[in-house]
Amino acid sequence: MSERQISFAQALREGLREEMRRDPSVVIIGEDVRVSSFGVTESLWQEFGDARVRDTPISEAGFIGMCLGAAMTGLRPVAELMLGDFVTVCMDQLANQAAKVRYMSGGHAEPHMVVRVGVSGPGVRVGAQHSQSLEGWFLHVPGLRVVYPATPYDAKGLLKAAIRGPDPVMFFEHKLVYGVKGPVPESDYTVPIGKAEIKKEGKDVTIACYGYMLHKSLAAARRLAREGIEAEVVDLRTLSPMDKETLLGSVKRTGRMVTVEDGCKTGGVGAEISAIVCEEAYDDLEAPIRRVAALDLPLPANGVLEDAALPNERKIIDAVKSTLKTSASA
Amino acid sequence: MSQIQIESSKLLDMYKKMVEIRQLENRLSELAKQGRVGTVHLAAGEEASAVGCCSALREEDYVVSTHRSHGHVLAKGGDMNRLVAEIMAKKTGYNKGKGGDLHVAAFDKNMLVSNAIVGGGIPMATGVGLTISLKGWDRVVMCFFGDGAANIGTFHESLNLGAVWKLPVIYVCENNLYGNTTPQISTVSNRPTSISMAIQDISLRANAYGMPGVTVDGMDPVVVYEAARDAVQRARQGSGPTLIECKTYRYFDHSEGQPQNYRTKEEVERYRKLDPIPRFRAKLIELGLLSAEEASKVDQIASKQVEDAIAFAEKSPDPDLNDLALDLYGESM
Repeated sequence: MSERQISFAQALREGLREEMRRDPSVVIIGEDVRVSSFGVTESLWQEFGDARVRDTPISEAGFIGMCLGAAMTGLRPVAELMLGDFVTVCMDQLANQAAKVRYMSGGHAEPHMVVRVGVSGPGVRVGAQHSQSLEGWFLHVPGLRVVYPATPYDAKGLLKAAIRGPDPVMFFEHKLVYGVKGPVPESDYTVPIGKAEIKKEGKDVTIACYGYMLHKSLAAARRLAREGIEAEVVDLRTLSPMDKETLLGSVKRTGRMVTVEDGCKTGGVGAEISAIVCEEAYDDLEAPIRRVAALDLPLPANGVLEDAALPNERKIIDAVKSTLKTSASA
Repeated sequence: MSQIQIESSKLLDMYKKMVEIRQLENRLSELAKQGRVGTVHLAAGEEASAVGCCSALREEDYVVSTHRSHGHVLAKGGDMNRLVAEIMAKKTGYNKGKGGDLHVAAFDKNMLVSNAIVGGGIPMATGVGLTISLKGWDRVVMCFFGDGAANIGTFHESLNLGAVWKLPVIYVCENNLYGNTTPQISTVSNRPTSISMAIQDISLRANAYGMPGVTVDGMDPVVVYEAARDAVQRARQGSGPTLIECKTYRYFDHSEGQPQNYRTKEEVERYRKLDPIPRFRAKLIELGLLSAEEASKVDQIASKQVEDAIAFAEKSPDPDLNDLALDLYGESM
């Protein structure tokens, strides 16, 4: 394999650069995007200048709403929220405005904008306000698309699809995935929004996951394989709309389902997947669904405590094994 | 009223538009009491602000509005039939009956959104300014909001951004003195007490963001127009945004059917005496631009227009049930 390997962050940057070269209406708006605190937009300012790579004051509600107005009049803004936790301070602009303006205008408004929810998720001991996984909130807001890539290939392809698409897209990026390397073509391609991908096939159990938890789930699956358990790992890639076809197809084959996320368990993504499977594939289930998720807590800064609150390979393996021991009809 | 240096045809158009808005709002209030229309947010009393401001705009300029949008839609040239049909949430409305009274958007007139979240539209308008600026268009955007919105974060964030980036936005604060029932400054006792703001003039805040701010008599369409015209000119020249505060008063309550015990009858009467429409009519008659007969003709024409619009809306069908989920997302790639 001589295919080029680049990091997740580089793949995002490449996607941004290609779309900005392709379409002059694409602009980047956010905090510290010229210098780029976490590296994704690095060097784009030098190529595209102040007009298209715009540093804002620290005012998320202001600049996210601004991106919406800009989108409605013809730009294709890619906003960057420096940290995932910052979605909380612009929720009105996302949930009441961007998500609803097309519908409530009777289809006249065109809110094509991407919100890169950067540096999301836990795991680096920075405490409760810099560690959240809030993607689940947005599944409850019709009108938004919610995307959460895990690999460099998917990151570039989904970002390009999001930028070209017609809808407001919440584009989540986990802080522990930026450095992950993988093959990424230099040619132009997109990954369709709304399509999950089976990243590893298996016949015994379905593990549904996304983002950083894909990597944990694949590692768990490798260890399970050594014990003769073949787990199928489904990378959701898009959380809204959920790719029910791929999920239900997998459960039909395996009869068992474990969901893995590093957001809180209650009201989370796994809860939604579980409900879908129970409603639409109950007869295929051989065992109760297990959810592996973070404890329902603000995350502590202390590493020992944080690790105890989060999913890991061991917890995924235990959940998988528990589905293999239980029978739904028992 | 001030000395007038505006062409007479424009003055007459402004007057006619104000009468149309007033008659519509008065009738909607009656219809609300009869249960023929749902919750409505009426702008009677505030016509001079909407019409004075929008008269300084061109067809291609943009407007972003609030929950109290009827006047802005009509002042920007919107169609009364489609407006009333939308207020009644009918299929023939501007937004296919999906938006309703709170969310009228007249895209054919570049009137982009009415917002039920106080302050929700101010960032959007600022973003419209960004598009205009980056595309190099000879356009401006006028952003209406109320005194209540001047206390919410998006007001401050947006005015700061608009000023830093010198965007062609005219921020228009229609200060009707009350956020729902809560006054800006209580005048119930002899000693005025700040309730929601410790300042009298919201336009003072412009200085904090580095843009001009002006407070005008929002019951006088001529001084409103002149302030708007100057702000539009500045915006077109690339000199950035302006904050205009129109001091005005709403004759109806926040929305029809809301409590009415938060202000005195005497106060309402005092502002009724400042009613922009009879004052403007008297001025136009004094200037010889309008006769009493012509004025009553204006009333008759507006009345027919309003009745026709109500009939059109009431006869219009509900949206198709098949379209319930339509327009949630755009056409996929």
